[in-house]
Amino acid sequence: MILARVVGTVVATRKDPRLEGKKLLIVKPVSPEGKDEGNYLVAVDTVSAGNRELVLLVSGSSARMADGCKDTPVDTSIIGIVDTVSLDDPPEGKR
Amino acid sequence: MLIARVIGDLVATQKHDSHHGRKALIVQPLNLDGSDRGDAVVALDSVDAGIGDRVLLVTEGYSAMTSVGRPESPIDMAVIGVIDRIDLG
Amino acid sequence: MTLGRVVGRVWATVKNRPLEGQRLLVVQPLTPELSKTGKPLVCTDAVGAGAGELVYWCKGKESSFPFLPVEVPTDATIVGIVDEVHAQRAKANERAC
Repeated sequence: MILARVVGTVVATRKDPRLEGKKLLIVKPVSPEGKDEGNYLVAVDTVSAGNRELVLLVSGSSARMADGCKDTPVDTSIIGIVDTVSLDDPPEGKR
Repeated sequence: MLIARVIGDLVATQKHDSHHGRKALIVQPLNLDGSDRGDAVVALDSVDAGIGDRVLLVTEGYSAMTSVGRPESPIDMAVIGVIDRIDLG
Repeated sequence: MTLGRVVGRVWATVKNRPLEGQRLLVVQPLTPELSKTGKPLVCTDAVGAGAGELVYWCKGKESSFPFLPVEVPTDATIVGIVDEVHAQRAKANERAC
């Protein structure tokens, strides 16, 4: 799993019926230190995440194991809203 | 599947039950010219491979789990053959 | 599977339900020589690993199998705590591949 920040939403009216009712968010992966990393992804939200929130992403077939994503055409799910990341090293730790 | 060379092994006392009784090898995937292809990985052994052997490495769960006879286990890589020879056209 | 070191921890109160109760550890992937390689990631834990420990982790859907019958939506799980690594690189690959 990786950490990411919510930066936007996607609205699609015409979509696979299995995606109906699902919130699609644009997220940008970030390092545990909070630095931007890599390109954006579109992920299905299962935890009602809000804009700019730090979230936990799961990808691949595991993304479909999230509650609410069973048997859906989903490859990236938001499965947690991160409260704190603590790192042993570097010592600045919490963010 | 990838061609890889066994470069070591590791000892882990505390590990998932499905990994007990199977050697955990450190294997370095190779390019066809013998150079390193990415980083070395940890793979469970199903063919009694040894250090220095060139081996066949599966890098996908279903093949890995079934080759070491541990279905529904957290195993994503396994050594499933010791390579005798490679012929390149 | 890949070697790594536990370098931190993630707390998340709001989680997808089957993820509740799972410890989330930040893991830095390592080479067999124990130098850093690639980006850190967040792993669930099937073996009780702690801060600073050398571990190996499994990726993909397989990483959710330790938690069955609960279907935990994880794509990376620590499955072993490493006591020792023995690795020796071959001298410039004796034979070409």
